[in-house]
Amino acid sequence: MISYMQIGYGWIRQEIFAQPARIIALIFFVLLLTAPLLTQDKQYLTILTMTTIFAIFAMSWDLISGVTGQLSLGHGLFFGVAAYVAALLNLNLGWQPWLTIPLGAIVSSMFGLVFAIPALRLRGIYLALVTLTFPLIMSGIILVFPDFTGGELGLYGIQQLSQSQNISYYIVVLVFCVSAFIMYKLSDTESKFIRTGIILNAIREDEIAARTSGINTIRYKIMAFVISGFFAGVAGGLYCHYIRLAGPSNLEMFFSFQVVLWTIFGSIATIYGAVVGVFILYPLTELLSLFEFGDKIRFLAFGVVLIITLLFMPEGIGIWIRDKIELECPRCKLTNGFYRKKCRACRAVLSPERN
Amino acid sequence: MVIDIILNGLAASGTYALLAVGFALIFSVARILNMAHTAFYMIAAFLFYITISFFKFGYIASSVVAIVLTVLVGVICYKLFFERVKEHEQTVMIISVALAMVVQEIFSLQFGGTYRGVDPIIVGFCEIGETRISYQHIFAIISIAVILIATWVWLSNTRIGNAIRAVAQDAEIANVMGINDRHMCVLVMTLSVFLAAVAGVLMAPIGMVHPHMWTQPIVVVLAAVILGGLGSIGGSLVGAVILGYVETIVAFLLPGGSFLGPSVALMIMVLVLMIRPEGLFGVFFEEERL
Repeated sequence: MISYMQIGYGWIRQEIFAQPARIIALIFFVLLLTAPLLTQDKQYLTILTMTTIFAIFAMSWDLISGVTGQLSLGHGLFFGVAAYVAALLNLNLGWQPWLTIPLGAIVSSMFGLVFAIPALRLRGIYLALVTLTFPLIMSGIILVFPDFTGGELGLYGIQQLSQSQNISYYIVVLVFCVSAFIMYKLSDTESKFIRTGIILNAIREDEIAARTSGINTIRYKIMAFVISGFFAGVAGGLYCHYIRLAGPSNLEMFFSFQVVLWTIFGSIATIYGAVVGVFILYPLTELLSLFEFGDKIRFLAFGVVLIITLLFMPEGIGIWIRDKIELECPRCKLTNGFYRKKCRACRAVLSPERN
Repeated sequence: MVIDIILNGLAASGTYALLAVGFALIFSVARILNMAHTAFYMIAAFLFYITISFFKFGYIASSVVAIVLTVLVGVICYKLFFERVKEHEQTVMIISVALAMVVQEIFSLQFGGTYRGVDPIIVGFCEIGETRISYQHIFAIISIAVILIATWVWLSNTRIGNAIRAVAQDAEIANVMGINDRHMCVLVMTLSVFLAAVAGVLMAPIGMVHPHMWTQPIVVVLAAVILGGLGSIGGSLVGAVILGYVETIVAFLLPGGSFLGPSVALMIMVLVLMIRPEGLFGVFFEEERL
């Protein structure tokens, strides 16, 4: 028994405590799970829940645009469509959230298939601009049928996720943790069990080379779009049941850009960067809106923070922090804390600057 | 009806053409996807509104002031923000979006979200058939045509125009041939902001001035540039004319057309791209081909 505990402790020390980035991740998850103990203020919990929902959305964008490299500027389509589907099912048929959210997500992953069609022929900027148009076309269609979709006001009076504030929060956090785990594993290049991570990264780096190595890139691109659409849809469904409103504002250009801004601020193509970006920028703008003066300047502050950060850290804040606190051993490629002079495994001398 | 469509379409597509040509120029020469391009159009319209309503300048004086100040702002933005991160294409795009947002917020802080109009400078209208058209529209259409033709002649016939087109084709080889491509980028930025500013000044008396006036044009401009083919300036002109007319026709003929106008225009762009991925007149650069 004691020896098992020793092995377990040794594993934790090796895998978590020796790597500062993972310590930060651990602290983050512990804080996320204990947040209702720290504050019961309704405003703060609402902001935190919304942040978590948007973090799922940003991760799904990062999976398709960062990791796979298929730049999508219309990701709000998935979010908005899932919100509308969940709202319509709930209002017209009276189905419960646990059924409408997955169904909305499935419909939005169907839309992922639609996105994949241009992605098979276009790339880079062309693809980005075609995807940019999809939510705008959709919002035009929605505004033409106001009886069914609620027009500009949207649909309201949707059933709440749960009666209690805390249970809603924990549902969202649980979904966040599960989808973060799945998406991180799908994009993990060092995984020994799943090949998707390395394949998706290969498609981004050089699609022709990936195809010559015998990878069916078309299949993997479609798969990435469908999975990304699914998780964006989950976020959209949670959102519409949480704020009890599904409106055309989710299909606006700015909404789709917002997720791009968050993720590139946090660091693109690293799943965790999306979480970092959302958890810094969204609470910043929302906390500003609690003050009378701050409410006026919140988007101004958002833009200024973004510009200044990107001028000095063009790769985003996530990678910038990781480079500051972690060193990669030049010989055995193991990550080490910034405080070490020699590698913790092979004792090679660590040079302070990464290549 | 037909004359209505033709004239309104001409005004709409003229503005889009001015914006699209500037956007295509800066993209093909400096490889900057400038999402803040229509923000400069908005700055010019606002400066024009301010100078003419608050400072009571004359028409010519205020348009000159608006255009010059906007060009200055554009070049300063280029020097401060875009030039430093030009290598990271996505970062440039994000910075330009953020810049447009900052401009929008500054104007809505100062002026609120209300729609403002500038009184027409040239009063009166003439009748063609049963359609009334104001002299202001005619003036805008003629000056847009003159400026576009002048830009075209300048780009294709002068030494500097040739240099700009050389940089657009291949920046490295142009550099080897003794063209300073960094100077050319600044010059093209000036030209592209100038075109946007002219569009803003001409549209301010016809349309409305408000802090969100940049979002709708940027979508249409992007669509026009893509439709014509990235890297082809003539193509972006054709794309702008097509989309401007489609929008006008839909707005006139369909019920609820003003909602659907942009959607139909964008759908046409998507359909064209499905059939011809490089756009109508586009050429794929070697490294960008799939």
